[in-house]
Amino acid sequence: MTLPELATETPLDRSQLKVSSSEVAVDMVGVNKWYGDFHVLKDINLRVMRGERIVIAGPSGSGKSTMIRCINGLEEHQKGRIVVDDIELTDDLKRIDEVRREVGMVFQHFNLFPHLTILENCTLAPIWVRKMPKKEAEDVAMQYLERVKIPEQANKYPGQLSGGQQQRVAIARALCMNPRIMLFDEPTSALDPEMIKEVLDVMVNLAASGMTMICVTHEMGFARQVANRVIFMDAGQIIEQNEPEEFFLHPQHERTKLFLSQILH
Amino acid sequence: MSDIQSQTDVFFIRRQMAETLPPPRRTSGPIGWARANLFGSAADALLTIIGIVIAVAVLVPLVEWAFVNATWTGDNREACAANTIGACWAFVRANLGQFIYGRYPDPERWRVNVFFVLMAAGIIPLAIPSAPFKGLNLLYVFIIFPVVSGFLLLGGALGLPEVETALWGGLFLTLVVSYVGMALSLPFGILLALGRRSDMPAVHYVSVFIIEVCRGVPLITVLFMAGILLPLFFPTGVNFDKLLRALFGVSLFASAYMAEVIRGGLQAVPKGQYEGAKALGLGYWQMTRLIILPQAIKIVIPGIVNTFIGLFKDTSLVYIISIFELLSTVRNSFSNPDWATSTTPASGLAFAAIVFWIFCFGMSQYSRFIERRLNTGHRR
Repeated sequence: MTLPELATETPLDRSQLKVSSSEVAVDMVGVNKWYGDFHVLKDINLRVMRGERIVIAGPSGSGKSTMIRCINGLEEHQKGRIVVDDIELTDDLKRIDEVRREVGMVFQHFNLFPHLTILENCTLAPIWVRKMPKKEAEDVAMQYLERVKIPEQANKYPGQLSGGQQQRVAIARALCMNPRIMLFDEPTSALDPEMIKEVLDVMVNLAASGMTMICVTHEMGFARQVANRVIFMDAGQIIEQNEPEEFFLHPQHERTKLFLSQILH
Repeated sequence: MSDIQSQTDVFFIRRQMAETLPPPRRTSGPIGWARANLFGSAADALLTIIGIVIAVAVLVPLVEWAFVNATWTGDNREACAANTIGACWAFVRANLGQFIYGRYPDPERWRVNVFFVLMAAGIIPLAIPSAPFKGLNLLYVFIIFPVVSGFLLLGGALGLPEVETALWGGLFLTLVVSYVGMALSLPFGILLALGRRSDMPAVHYVSVFIIEVCRGVPLITVLFMAGILLPLFFPTGVNFDKLLRALFGVSLFASAYMAEVIRGGLQAVPKGQYEGAKALGLGYWQMTRLIILPQAIKIVIPGIVNTFIGLFKDTSLVYIISIFELLSTVRNSFSNPDWATSTTPASGLAFAAIVFWIFCFGMSQYSRFIERRLNTGHRR
């Protein structure tokens, strides 16, 4: 089987990506979720260490998005335990808000706030949730906008930006809250092909900085270069997980082989 | 070559210039416009002519009635008694004070004028998008101005003689009722709309109950209940002012309508906006106030203004509990023996209609202006 390549500007030294920590960032134990009668998540067990980068792959409808949305309480689970950053998610709204403060999320459709400028999008949560003074929040926001290479767009509105730029703003917006964990829910799926690279570049840089990342993505090149572990899901279950090289070269499960043969050419 | 030519007698190249065709018909300028819009085809031309005939048939008598044959001056019915084919504007002129102030005592009318000025001072800067201090302005419009106006108009304190609400009337009362209705229906409508979408069963069902009951009955019924039934529920000795009860009824009714308009806006905000806000750790009220409502309200501005216009016109129904706003003040004056002629009712009603129209048209134009403004810049 051919190995997927990642075309980014930043040559990545995989030694940068070693996980040394033994701290647990996210722990999911026996998590189950139903939509009515439909069993979306079946006995999910997943432990993510601090600094780890996980890529979750799988066919559509396999429950990948639902799973990571459970991690910051956008979806609630009905059975099992989810502990994020030592806070267990229950139906206590306070705890959910606490978790959300520490977990940044990037969505497929960006979900920027169209009535606010780029800078206001980035400073809103630090000002209102972290009670940061406005000036300080703006300084922090500008730093992150520089990091995603669009400081010059700060005073525009999201509608005036391209998809790739909007997604980079969305990443900067999440980073402004100084999160300990970042969730990516198909961040490049809604983008034109030529914009995917600029977003992946930002994500690779973020990985190199040691951020704990959980990414649902079909970018197998990114998975191979950046992930510590690739997780394959189908029909609400984790079917297989392995280091990227092993995962791509020697998939164990028939379903995984089929999926990889369809997605890699 | 010449062989072929002689054999076939066919020329492939034109030897003579083609005849010059007329240029395309003009599409600009008044003639072009008329040709494109009024006389595009035989049927269009026919419709245009019919339209013109109808317009002339309606407008000419109207202009004759309102201007040519109208009586403009005069001190009593003598001036208009003989005039059966024209408007009696002298009647409107002579009663203008009453139409505006109702039975508010003459020497105290300056207080109503101050009220008008204070109202304009709140609304005009609020309506100008670039005017500064919007927060302060909102505080003024929703809290300071109503409280100050209440003291000013009611009196009974600070050396102002008391003017009981039974004496209030005319355009002034119409503005009081609609202002209170608008100023209360917006916040309460928002709360009811949020309540209706709430996950908490108690909040949800109470909101649904209030909205559906108030929308399901005519305003006249609500006013009747507020005016006549409500006092029966109070213990003896406790008596709320009749106007206050009417204001309560109108506001409740308008809030129910407003709630449904706002709910439409809330539903139009994409789910991703809620998720984006939640994922950043914003709480419910922060999310609602900073992310959802600004977008939702923007979407339903036309609906809000529509409700405002309806509310403004519905205020004329408070006459049912003997509160005399503009329309009923005008109607009352018909029976004034000084002015009772055959043309006064039509003239008075025309005047009232024009006043209502000016306000409603103003609101609708303003909403169009705001829509155009909001549509530029940050559309996704």
